Amino acid sequence: MSAETVWIVGIEMTPFGKHVDSDQVDLGTRAAKDALCDADLAMTDIQVLGAGTMFGPINLGQRLQKQLGQTGIPVYNVQNACATGASALRTVYTTIRSGEAEVGLAVGVEKLSTAGMLGTGAPERRDTGVFTPAGRDGAVMATEGLLGTGTMPGIFAQVGMEYLGRHGRNLVEHFYKIAAKNHGHSVLNPLSHHRKPFSIEEIKNATTIAYPNTVLMCSANTDGAAAAVLVSESRLRRLPLATQRRAVKISASVLRTDPWTPEVGVLPDVNTCTRQAAAQAYELAGVGPDDLGLIELHDCFATAELLHYDNLGLCEPGGAGDFLDSGAPYRDGRIPVNVSGGLQSKGHPIGATGIANIYEVATHLRGEAGERQIAGAKVGLTHVLGLGSTCSVHILERAVTG
Amino acid sequence: MGHRIGIVNYLELEPKPVLRHEVCDACGARFWGRRNACACCGGEAFHVKDAPDTGVLRAFTIVHRAAPGVPVPFAAAIVELDDATFISANLLSIELDPAAITLGQRVKMTTFVAGTDTEGTEAVAFGFIAVAEQEEALS
Repeated sequence: MSAETVWIVGIEMTPFGKHVDSDQVDLGTRAAKDALCDADLAMTDIQVLGAGTMFGPINLGQRLQKQLGQTGIPVYNVQNACATGASALRTVYTTIRSGEAEVGLAVGVEKLSTAGMLGTGAPERRDTGVFTPAGRDGAVMATEGLLGTGTMPGIFAQVGMEYLGRHGRNLVEHFYKIAAKNHGHSVLNPLSHHRKPFSIEEIKNATTIAYPNTVLMCSANTDGAAAAVLVSESRLRRLPLATQRRAVKISASVLRTDPWTPEVGVLPDVNTCTRQAAAQAYELAGVGPDDLGLIELHDCFATAELLHYDNLGLCEPGGAGDFLDSGAPYRDGRIPVNVSGGLQSKGHPIGATGIANIYEVATHLRGEAGERQIAGAKVGLTHVLGLGSTCSVHILERAVTG
Repeated sequence: MGHRIGIVNYLELEPKPVLRHEVCDACGARFWGRRNACACCGGEAFHVKDAPDTGVLRAFTIVHRAAPGVPVPFAAAIVELDDATFISANLLSIELDPAAITLGQRVKMTTFVAGTDTEGTEAVAFGFIAVAEQEEALS
C-alpha cells in the first residue's frame, strides 16, 4: 500500500512586522485559528500538532494547546534553525503519510523584532583572566574577528562571494539587483514587514554590515506566525467540495542535511543539501524547474538568493547572474522568485518562515493573492535553508478537481 | 620572552607555527580541532598532519558590524590551502577595500599576537597575507 497524498486545506499567516503587544503564544494562536477557519475545521478535528520556534518558549506546542484546545493529541516541538517552520510542517506531513493521523496542524512562530544581529558569538572571554583552552577547538580567546567571522551577514557574504569566485560571470552588482527586486516585490504584499522600493544605488550605498551585504540586503528581524492544516487524500474526499477546490497538493516534501565534503566544514555548505533536496523533490513530484509558476526561496541575505537559482536548477551551472539579468525571477518574468518580498523585505521570523513561504505559494495556486497574484500559477516550489545545514524543499500543486 | 600559546588547538607554534589537521586513520578525511569520530566514515582513530601554509583566497567579507568588543572593520576570509582543505581566518596587511582584494589570489599564513593574559602569556593567532606568484616561486 502506497502512502496517501497529503493536502493543505487551510493556511494563514499573521502580518509580519513588529507585534509589540503579542507574545509567541498570541501570534501562534492567531495563525492557528485563522488556518483552522480557512480549512473550516475545528481543533477537535486535529490529530497531530507540529510547533516550530527557534528562540521562543520551550514546549510551544503545549502552550498553544492551552489556548486552542487541550485535546490530548501528540505534539512535536521542532527546532531546526531557519528550516524550523518547514520541519514542523513536515512532521505533520509524515505523520499523515504514515497513516497515524488524517488531519494535522503545523504552526511556526518567532519574535525577533527586538533581536540584534544573529551569530555574533560571545566575546566575553577576550583579554580576561588566565588563558584556558575551552571548547572543541581549545580556544583561549573568543575567535570572532580574529579567525574570520561567524556572524550571519558575514557567513552568507562569504557564501555568495565563493559563488562569484567559482563562476566569474557573476558580479557583486547581481546581489544589489536581487535586493532591489525583492524590496520592489513587497510593495504589493500587505503582509510584508517592509513595503518600500529601493533603487540599486540606494541598496549599494546603505550601511554596510558585512561587505557586500548592506543593511537593505539582510533579512528583516521580524515578529510573525504562520500555520497550516494538512489532511490525507481520503479525508480530503470527505470534506465539502468548496474545501476540495481550494486544496493545495503537497507533491513533494523533502528534508536534507549537508553531506560530508572534503572542505572540512569551515564555510557552511548551503549548496549541496539544496541541490540534493531539489533533485529529490523534482523526482518525487514528477516536475522540473520549467514547470514552476513561482518560487519562494531562502533569501536570508541577497548574497544567498543568487546561488540558489543555480542550486535549484533554474539556470545552467554558473549562470545565476544571467538568469537574473534575463528578468526571469521578477514577478513578470518566466519563473518569479520571492514575489512576497522575500526574507529581506517581508521579514524572517525564523520559526514561521518555512510555513509562510508555503502560505505564499499556496495562496497564488489558489488564485487568492490579490494584487500580487501570479496569473495562472499551477505549480510552485518553496525552499528554506537552515545553517548547519538543513534544507527543506516543498513542491505544491493546485487542485485539479471541480 | 614570556610563554606563548596557540589561540586554538590546531595551531602548533613550535618549532615554527603550523596548522595541524586531525586525519582519519581509516579514510584520510581531514579536520580541524577535537574529534569524536570521522564525519566521512565513522572511524575513531586519528593522527595529526601538518597542513601547508599557502593557499588560494576563495571567499571574503569585510565585517563592519559585529558584537560589542569585536574591533571592526576586519576582512574575514575562507582560504583553500594547497592540500585542498579550507580554513577560516582574517586577511592581514591589506587595505580594507573590496577593490584591493581579489578572489583566487595566492595567500600565505602568518601569525600575530592576539592578546595577553594576566600572567603574561601571549595568545598567538594566524591570518593570511596576499603574495605575488613570482614572490612565492622565489621564496
